[in-house]
Amino acid sequence: MSKQAKVWIEKKAYRIKGEFHTMAPNTPIRREDGKLCGVTNPRGLVHMHSYGAEAPFFEGLAEGKLLGTQCVNNKCEYKGSIYIPFRIFCPDCLSRMKIVDLTAKARKTARIYSFIVTSRTGAFNTLKTPIRFIDVEFDGVCTILKSYQLVGEPEIGQQVIPVFRSKPTYTITDLAWVAADTKKPPKGFRF
Amino acid sequence: MIKFSKRQLQVPRFLRPVYLVTGGQSQYARAFPEKRTEELCIDALNMAAEFIGMSAAELKSYIHTCYYGHFADHFGDQLLGEAAIHDRLGLDPLGNIGVKTGGATGGSAIWEAAKAVASGYSDCALALGWERMDEVPTDEGNNYIACAADKDWETPLGHIYTGYYATMAQRYWQVFGKSQDSFRRTMAEISVKNHGYARWNPFAQAPMNITVEDVLKSPVVAYPLRALDCCLMSVGAACVIVADEETAYKMCKNPLRIYIAAGSHSLRVADRRDMEIPLLPNETPDQYKDLDEVFPGGHRYPGFTGFLAARMCAWYAYRMAGVKDPTDDLDFVELHDAFTISDIQTYEDIGIRPYGRGRDYVESGDCYLKNPKTGKQGKLPANLSGGLIGCMHAVGATGIMQVVECALHIWKRHAEIHGNPKLWKSFGKQKPKNWVDVQVPNARRGLAISHAGVGSHVTCTIVMHPDHLLKED
Repeated sequence: MSKQAKVWIEKKAYRIKGEFHTMAPNTPIRREDGKLCGVTNPRGLVHMHSYGAEAPFFEGLAEGKLLGTQCVNNKCEYKGSIYIPFRIFCPDCLSRMKIVDLTAKARKTARIYSFIVTSRTGAFNTLKTPIRFIDVEFDGVCTILKSYQLVGEPEIGQQVIPVFRSKPTYTITDLAWVAADTKKPPKGFRF
Repeated sequence: MIKFSKRQLQVPRFLRPVYLVTGGQSQYARAFPEKRTEELCIDALNMAAEFIGMSAAELKSYIHTCYYGHFADHFGDQLLGEAAIHDRLGLDPLGNIGVKTGGATGGSAIWEAAKAVASGYSDCALALGWERMDEVPTDEGNNYIACAADKDWETPLGHIYTGYYATMAQRYWQVFGKSQDSFRRTMAEISVKNHGYARWNPFAQAPMNITVEDVLKSPVVAYPLRALDCCLMSVGAACVIVADEETAYKMCKNPLRIYIAAGSHSLRVADRRDMEIPLLPNETPDQYKDLDEVFPGGHRYPGFTGFLAARMCAWYAYRMAGVKDPTDDLDFVELHDAFTISDIQTYEDIGIRPYGRGRDYVESGDCYLKNPKTGKQGKLPANLSGGLIGCMHAVGATGIMQVVECALHIWKRHAEIHGNPKLWKSFGKQKPKNWVDVQVPNARRGLAISHAGVGSHVTCTIVMHPDHLLKED
């Protein structure tokens, strides 16, 4: 794309600039004997995606914070439950939850629930392979967070601490984890 | 939700019995560069008509509503593909609807069709599913499939769905498999079995005569899952016709009873909260009290080791159909072996074995048609079609293919179809000289599990010969 697509909001509406779709010439698909079977349909697309009320989580990563949410509805049987992945509404009472900062809790209690290491990815992957996918458990949190580890070889039960991308992309890849005894953050990340 | 109200645990009820009349399927392959999707769908519908001695036009004259399973619009680059297929099948202006529940799409399409008949809305309904997964290269296909994970929280992490299953495999292997090599070999044995059974199935995409070592040496996709632990990426179509009793017996001599129920769980495996295990009829409240002692780390349910949606659809379906113990009451199963690990997890979810002990179903030989340990018939043969690993995973068609395969066993017409040399030839294949008839002797009742995502949607279909029902209506 020659002019990168940019999007901003004015008066509650998207404003856009640049190229949002590219169309390359199509080509025929033929059999060995030259008979036509089909055509290619090449093109690039840009989607405009709203994080809605989850936006604070992704903004928080840019600020070096790991945010979760907590049910504070006195009438909810599960009041006090803490969620990360961040959920906007309590899954039990459907009341809007309170945002809580879990950064300190993560630094003290995060540990690996499960993991894998893979060199295969799908198209559009941006992470360097091999990727160490980890699922992170925290004390006092009722869910498990999927992420990836940059320093140390993962093991179930291993303590890990969060690191945050220095130049944020505002995606989940801005958050990564390193072994708890890591002294220096990996390049491009900060504690 | 981690607690259920009495109303939510109400056993699902059909207002009238639902019968499976016929079914059909196309050939399955990684790509059909010279066939449009409608050609595959019409192949399936024609087979269903021919199977009961009808012309396609006659069969269509019975159909009142249509339920189409087509999961991924983006794979085929066609929104409202259901409308295109419906038109090409010549079924306009009948009402139709598209069903999309990931890997469970086929099962869900049958669920909808069966409910339409059960409610009295339709006397006869078509459930037809397909998938077109050959329009993009495999890495783009992996990205598309990974879009079935949470696009903000998971998909950007590698864009590969196998990775989400592999963390479950890792956890299961370490907790319930106790990190033993023998467990890993048991996983591999499932692939050997299912690719092996696919050799006798003319529709199948990946018949292979392989060994456990072949599986263990196949390329790593997402450790510990290797290429031969994974299901296929396929193109193809399958269909079934369901009807009320009167209509069903007008259409054929021997329709089968069908029961189906569905369950669900979170899109993100991360969102699973700890809860009590809902018990199946063959389990007891005390059974899992020491699970964490026997299998340290097994404390969290469903954690990454079980599928609540599979458990719940079995919970509902067993009670609908009167199944007390799946191994005793059923004669064979077709399970959603998306990965060897999820196959083992499902044995536990649907009560073939207790939680933590799924491997025994394979290691005992019970899952084979002929138990290699005893030389006798396995107690509950699984995936004689080859399953998703050996036969196909053309997503929208998969759950329907499983039910067609189940029905062929109960009708005792499995060999008539699978052993037909003309059918092999029509698919550009030669029937193997050592072809083996895998018809389940005395098949009366079979079960199919259709499963989506990391367990977001699962359906449990039970097909029975009407002379061998387990409970009165």
